[in-house]
Amino acid sequence: MVNLSAIQTGVSPSSEGRLALLFSALGARGGKAFIPYVMLGDPDLNSSLAMGQALLDAGADALELGIPFSDPIADGPVIAAASQRSLAGGFHLEQAFTALTVLRKATDRALCVMTYVNPILQRGPEAFSAAVAEAGGDALIVPDLPLEEGNTLARTCACNGLDLVRFVAPTSTDERIRRVVADASGFIYVVSVAGVTGSRADTLARVPETVARTRTFTDLPLCVGFGIDSPDKARVAAEVADGVIVASALVRAAAELGPGATGQARARAAGSLARAIRAALPR
Amino acid sequence: MSARTHGETIDAGPGRFGIYGGQYVPETLMPALEELDAGFREAMADPAFTREFERLLHDYVGRPTPLYWAQELSRRTGLRIYLKREDLCHTGAHKINNALGQVLLAKRMGKHRVIAETGAGQHGVATATAAALLGLKCCIFMGEEDMERQALNVFRMRLLGAKVSAVASGSRTLKDAMNEAIRDWVTTVEDTHYVIGTVAGPHPYPRLVRTLQAVIGREARAQIQSAEGRQPDGAVACIGGGSNSIGLFAEWIDRNEVARPGRKSGVRLFGVEAAGMGLHTGQHAASLTAGRPGVLHGSYSYLLQDSEGQVQTAYSISAGLDYPGVGPEHSWLRDSGQAVYLTATDDQALAAMRQLAETEGIIPALESAHALAALGEVRDHLGRDALVVVSLSGRGDKDMAQVAARLQGD
Repeated sequence: MVNLSAIQTGVSPSSEGRLALLFSALGARGGKAFIPYVMLGDPDLNSSLAMGQALLDAGADALELGIPFSDPIADGPVIAAASQRSLAGGFHLEQAFTALTVLRKATDRALCVMTYVNPILQRGPEAFSAAVAEAGGDALIVPDLPLEEGNTLARTCACNGLDLVRFVAPTSTDERIRRVVADASGFIYVVSVAGVTGSRADTLARVPETVARTRTFTDLPLCVGFGIDSPDKARVAAEVADGVIVASALVRAAAELGPGATGQARARAAGSLARAIRAALPR
Repeated sequence: MSARTHGETIDAGPGRFGIYGGQYVPETLMPALEELDAGFREAMADPAFTREFERLLHDYVGRPTPLYWAQELSRRTGLRIYLKREDLCHTGAHKINNALGQVLLAKRMGKHRVIAETGAGQHGVATATAAALLGLKCCIFMGEEDMERQALNVFRMRLLGAKVSAVASGSRTLKDAMNEAIRDWVTTVEDTHYVIGTVAGPHPYPRLVRTLQAVIGREARAQIQSAEGRQPDGAVACIGGGSNSIGLFAEWIDRNEVARPGRKSGVRLFGVEAAGMGLHTGQHAASLTAGRPGVLHGSYSYLLQDSEGQVQTAYSISAGLDYPGVGPEHSWLRDSGQAVYLTATDDQALAAMRQLAETEGIIPALESAHALAALGEVRDHLGRDALVVVSLSGRGDKDMAQVAARLQGD
């Protein structure tokens, strides 16, 4: 059972967390956040760590670190395949905490862990949140955990000083957006399209409207993700939002080199696209 | 026990059966689930809708299906067995009850397109049939391995005007077909209804499908009463996701006529899971017997998974039972002792298929053959000559090529 007293005495996220500091610094100078993604263990842990480092070197303001899940229903083919490669390579959850520890030694930038609800549930929401915090993580991003199912994890995140990033989508009603942002922290993940992760032609058509509707209910930073695959799209999305999240395009840039490529080569490929996207965004 | 541990950390959101169920889906889908829940309630409260549904069940599906006294099978089994003949429904299985209801609902809600996942192909055929009847576009997601096992049903769906989309990811079976259907739905949710084929998935699906399949048990309860002047000692059905079993059980559950711990009288409910090559081999689909609770496809329920929550591949000779999860109401029935869950292996199911063919001249689907294969164990529970209703959920035509190949191989 969640220890309620820990909520009152525990660390509170948001006000002094790395994400809050990042967005307050960016906001002061008109900069926009660039949050690239790496799938841990794809195709092995060292390669994914090299890719994380390359993304930091390319100017990432924070990293989104994916923990693979066997049935990633919010992800398109690129990330689903990365998930399968990671699991086929023998990924275990402990490696995620190792990866966080290694990256935390290398950087003071925010590290957000993205995974699905079942791996969290099987470890236990409290134990999972505590392990992420202990290893130096700053936030959890859980795409199959809507507001209705998220109370327990929100509490365990709060107890451990983590932000639980909430999602809004183009299909969200105003009433849902109001409830989603009410007790959110860190940033709001604005899903660009009704769809799964990955490229498509019409990524940005509904972004201004979704961002504007969300903005009326919260002052939290709004970051746009899903289908942002080029410097151009990143620049256009950042005109209305506070940051962009780029995942499939970077995973694909590395995966395109084929299974024989070295971790360094994969990291260079992803790093080069990341650099181009970073250059399109105000710092 | 993990169920108890999770019980304390699970949020009591909408649509729970005890601690099971819920809505673990991306935010993009949540408004559609709210809309579906409201649309479903409105439709069920509208006499025009329920009248139209009942008319189609009668005139088009051929309901009520017979409750058949299987005399020779009874003699050989040492039970008094009645078969609920869902295999005589139009399209050959109980799946049409649900598909027709949902496509009717989708049309009422102004959707232009329906999608569905399918394992054995029966739900795909049923959805394609309902879509053809009611004039909606239809796309069916089916694992590549299942398309090989059930080539005949693939052809039927195409003939009915549906698009069949081959799913090549993961285990290339029902679980992955459902992943792809959900991904399609996330993308097309504003004009598409997802016709889930079983009592699984996020709320309100388990209740929606239960409501539409409950006709099986409503009929069976009245039919056995009129044939025998009393209610049965047991009710038996196979379990993949669990829709024909919940359909059979629902009326007795809702009337509080189920035998359970602390109450000996009443109908004992038996669900039969696929033990594949044997529980000890790890090659099976027995989530309630050998799994533990977790989240797959939007709901919290028993699940075949590893220690870190990665979902494991299920296996059964029967494509319709080849699923690592199960509907949340079954998890609740299991934990509360309201239903007993048994298993049957591939070989036992094949033997039961053969026995029914030879004794009664009825070739059951491989899925339904699992229910028949457990009748010996049911007799051990209930005693000799107990009165039992067995759901014969589908007919075996679709399985003939696969069974012929298998028997030749033996």
